[in-house]
Amino acid sequence: MIIVHVVVTALLGTGVFFAMVGSIGLLRFPDFYTRLHATGKCDTLGAGLVILGAMVYHFFQYPETLLVPAKLAFLILFIFIANPTATHAIMKAAYKTGVEPWRLGEERR
Amino acid sequence: MITIFFVASLLITITMALSLYRAVAGPGVFNRVAAVNIIGTKTIVLLVVMGYYFERPYFFDIALLYAMINFIGTLVFAKYIERGEL
Repeated sequence: MIIVHVVVTALLGTGVFFAMVGSIGLLRFPDFYTRLHATGKCDTLGAGLVILGAMVYHFFQYPETLLVPAKLAFLILFIFIANPTATHAIMKAAYKTGVEPWRLGEERR
Repeated sequence: MITIFFVASLLITITMALSLYRAVAGPGVFNRVAAVNIIGTKTIVLLVVMGYYFERPYFFDIALLYAMINFIGTLVFAKYIERGEL
């Protein structure tokens, strides 16, 4: 049982770390495209790792209800498909509207 | 063991507060839409973690529903800005 706790703690910690790195990138980067470059990947991976940790915890803690880990697996699958699609849609809309990419030496915006 | 979920939910809330700064102060509409999308993704994670902390398994159904609403909302907003109509 202690192995399961260590694995769940490692997965939750890694997921929260990735989410925090994505948010710091959203604050720190100079441009819209670079901000979405940071968050579009870190956020997806962080959410997936946290939900995977919850899934492992449920699978060993409450083994009589296996519908809930199935729901969480579907949630991971949906996030891994939907989140990059939403990021791509916003980026394409910004590029077609005429937001210029940032170049070295320009002001932050 | 349940303390781990409490600490994780607290850290995710701090991360959402960091993203909220970009949603309030970010220049232009695209930064705001992107920040709102990211806050929505973190809300899903927060619902899953708090479902274990409060031992309420029906929070996961709300998380599934919120994932779909968040995706559709972001997609509709991007298409609306791109075309000028729906």
